[in-house]
Amino acid sequence: MARAGQSSPAAAAPGANQPFLYAHYSADQLREALRRMHLIRQFEEGAEQSYMRGFIHGTMHLSIGQEATAVGTCLPLTIEDQITSTHRGHGHSIAKGADVKRMFAEFFGKTTGYCGGRGGSMHIADVSVGNLGANGIVGGGIPIAVGAALSARRLKTGKVVVSFFGDGANNEGAFHEALNMASIWKLPVVFVCENNGYGMSTSTARSTAVANIADRAAAYAMPGVIVDGNSVGEVTEATHAAVARARAGDGPTLIEAKTYRYRGHSKSDRNRYRSKEEIEDWMSNRDPIVRFEAELKEFGVIDDAGIAAIREAVRAEIEAGIAFAKDSPAPEIADLERHVYTEPA
Amino acid sequence: MMDAAVRELTYAQAIQEAMALAMEADERVLLMGEDIGVYGGAFQVTGDLIERFGPERVMDTPISELGGAGVAVGAAVTGLRPIFEFQFSDFAALAMEQIVNQAAKMRYMLGGAVSVPLVMRFPAGSGTGAAAQHSQSLEAWLGHVPGLKVIQPATPYDAKGMLLAAVADPDPVMIFEHKLLYKMKGPVPEGHYTVPIGTAEIRREGRDLTIVATSLMVHKALEAATALAAEGIDVEVVDLRTIRPMDKPTVVASVRKTSRLMCVYEGVKTLGVGAEVSAMVVESEAFDYLDAPIVRLGGAETPIPYNPELEKAAVPQVPGIIAAARDLVRGVR
Repeated sequence: MARAGQSSPAAAAPGANQPFLYAHYSADQLREALRRMHLIRQFEEGAEQSYMRGFIHGTMHLSIGQEATAVGTCLPLTIEDQITSTHRGHGHSIAKGADVKRMFAEFFGKTTGYCGGRGGSMHIADVSVGNLGANGIVGGGIPIAVGAALSARRLKTGKVVVSFFGDGANNEGAFHEALNMASIWKLPVVFVCENNGYGMSTSTARSTAVANIADRAAAYAMPGVIVDGNSVGEVTEATHAAVARARAGDGPTLIEAKTYRYRGHSKSDRNRYRSKEEIEDWMSNRDPIVRFEAELKEFGVIDDAGIAAIREAVRAEIEAGIAFAKDSPAPEIADLERHVYTEPA
Repeated sequence: MMDAAVRELTYAQAIQEAMALAMEADERVLLMGEDIGVYGGAFQVTGDLIERFGPERVMDTPISELGGAGVAVGAAVTGLRPIFEFQFSDFAALAMEQIVNQAAKMRYMLGGAVSVPLVMRFPAGSGTGAAAQHSQSLEAWLGHVPGLKVIQPATPYDAKGMLLAAVADPDPVMIFEHKLLYKMKGPVPEGHYTVPIGTAEIRREGRDLTIVATSLMVHKALEAATALAAEGIDVEVVDLRTIRPMDKPTVVASVRKTSRLMCVYEGVKTLGVGAEVSAMVVESEAFDYLDAPIVRLGGAETPIPYNPELEKAAVPQVPGIIAAARDLVRGVR
């Protein structure tokens, strides 16, 4: 972890000593974190296969490779705390506690989906566990998170709000306006930028004037923190501190988690803007799940049999989720206009 | 017996009173906007409310229309009931993302899991010499978006009653307030009352012609109707009040009665509110009752100019309404 303005340390080697995570979270919590990382990855693989087979239409934005950021960020949050998410939001949704059955059902456009088939992949939300929604507009959720933080303060709920966004969003005007307001009003919000290196095809080097997005925190007089986004421990430690600061009334923090997406931007991506070698390097040498498993084993939290059991349980959950989605009813055409407005009680 | 003297307030005072009542009744209501605190708002609509409710509930925002609108959306979804003031309706252009892509769609996209009880106020219209970027009537833009409700109160009474209805509404309500109405006085009862969103009001009954007008144009139409009465032309003036959802039954019934329709509105004529009213009528049973083509008087196909004479020429005025109504009723077309 590094403060903005300093150079980022090299990615921690597997098994590096990261006492914070192991000092603050129980073995059960850490195994659950690993389970959720597997759930995210297998969910997205299942969604991708369902898309290929024609069960899902439209498009989707997969976050495979970014699981540590989603899970590490949500680990310090309570179920009451809230998040706003992005077009690449499946991981955030699962990390915050969504049920993959209802996510698959939404992808399949069914009434049992989180949005009754009205939203699809880009609008997954589960307000009951604090996910205020993915968002199809880059940067769209950032000011909304600040508004949710304003509610938390006015209504004295004690909630903290995390706004996830990507590197692309840091060049939207909404980013600037929202971070400034959160800072002047000292609102309980944490801005988590998942920097996967590319806004669609355009690299951060080509799109962004500063070397690190966290450097921009200085312009809003808030702490800017850079973490290895593929390290659950680093992400969790930074978020934990930012959440504590927010809950104490000391205002927002900008966290930049440097990570990588293995898949293309969306289903139309031909991957012409990056090399095969670059993708393979991240997949082979910095995979967040492989690293976390190695660490958990080293700290004695889990063994190979335990990992295999998690993978198998997740596989069964994904299979059941897809079956549930397939078997669920489609919306009635007559209900097309339902939910445009609130129906009178 | 004489009625008790009816209290009169200006349109701006009526809005301020409605906001104060809403804040007194419900802790969740708060005001947000640029310079609405000690300054009192660009048109002094919030006035001294900051002294009564404090800066936490009468929140000055930075000059950040997009972000400010987004904060209001986020607050509305999570339990507050914000009333967000744009300094000029033209600045809605800076915030369209949050209004159109977020506020209007969030309930639908999330399958009814949330509602967005948000009120936005837009000082609109020309006639102040503020030229092209501070004088527009953009209500038709927002009227085109399912998920929003769009209202244009034309009197102090309606300004208060419709704002209180908007605050109580679970969905986003956009209020377009003509700047030239702010100083207009009219009877306004004390205490809480609401004027339902989605209902038009017949301001003057007549037999020969229906004029459907919005906002300031309601008053111009009424002035024209008085002049036309002296010529024996009996005009019915319908104040549309809400452009989404439109009160079709009231408009259709009026046209069935008079057999003639003129739409008078300040927004640019093409693809404007009058186009929708006209289409609504010809698609209805009133079509068979029409004795003449429908006439639309709308804003000119130009940005609002600065020169006062040009500015007047860019939007409908009373003499033009009189002339067009006379031609329509006498069949000179």
